[in-house]
Amino acid sequence: MTTEATIEAATDLPVIRITRDFHATPAQLLRAHTDPELFVRWVGPEGMVNRIVEWDARDGGCWRYIASQDGQDYAFRGCFHTVGPDRIVQTFTFEGMPDDVSLETLRFEDLGDGRTRLHAQSLVDSFEGRDAWLASGMETGVNDGYAKLDKLAADGAL
Amino acid sequence: MADRLSKVFAALADPTRRDMVARLAVGDATVSQLAEPYDVSIQAVSKHLKVLEDAGLVTRSREAQTRPVHLEAEVFDLMTKWIERYRRQAEERYRRLDAVLADMQDGPTEKGQVS
Repeated sequence: MTTEATIEAATDLPVIRITRDFHATPAQLLRAHTDPELFVRWVGPEGMVNRIVEWDARDGGCWRYIASQDGQDYAFRGCFHTVGPDRIVQTFTFEGMPDDVSLETLRFEDLGDGRTRLHAQSLVDSFEGRDAWLASGMETGVNDGYAKLDKLAADGAL
Repeated sequence: MADRLSKVFAALADPTRRDMVARLAVGDATVSQLAEPYDVSIQAVSKHLKVLEDAGLVTRSREAQTRPVHLEAEVFDLMTKWIERYRRQAEERYRRLDAVLADMQDGPTEKGQVS
């Protein structure tokens, strides 16, 4: 079964590190992160509808998408710095706070047997920025749609 | 709230202060007891304590003359809660990704069986 995501907020660097195992190969995980049609199906908080505006998943390419919920639009953009078989390095900005740019490093560690461990690190430019980011989890109804999620997970396992 | 969390993280960004907190987790201690293992002045230790106090991580008793330092465990609980919320959000996102990956494996090009 799935191992739940683990998270670490380092005390010596303004980073958030998340680790999660998947029943998929590194190539499949890479596709789910770089194919825009697959990406919009899972990114963002539950209940958001994502629309890709720009998507060029190669070294130096840019991306931009708009997440919508209840008539509100939230735009995100960034650039792919590196898109490789075992990693993606990219910038990430919420356009509502355009000066806060984080550097995201996603690493796909092949565990064999069709399993892959995702190491996702977000580096922001200050502890304040990182902590505000962590706190932003409070604003989203995290309990919303749990049932829906469970169903998704169950469907996925069929 | 975000401000408070920032203070906590900033206070814990220093290795000496992290070490002091770790020792206070075992039990209350006076400033001179806290200063013992470090090659720094009592004043330097007091400065570190002030930062921890401002962040709400420790309090100092006014009762005893030695004014022992006490660790406020509930501040850690707050931090843990915030991080846990964020973690759950990530977990939600990745469960959706699980479903997408499962669909990919059920696709015509691959016959992967997901358990």
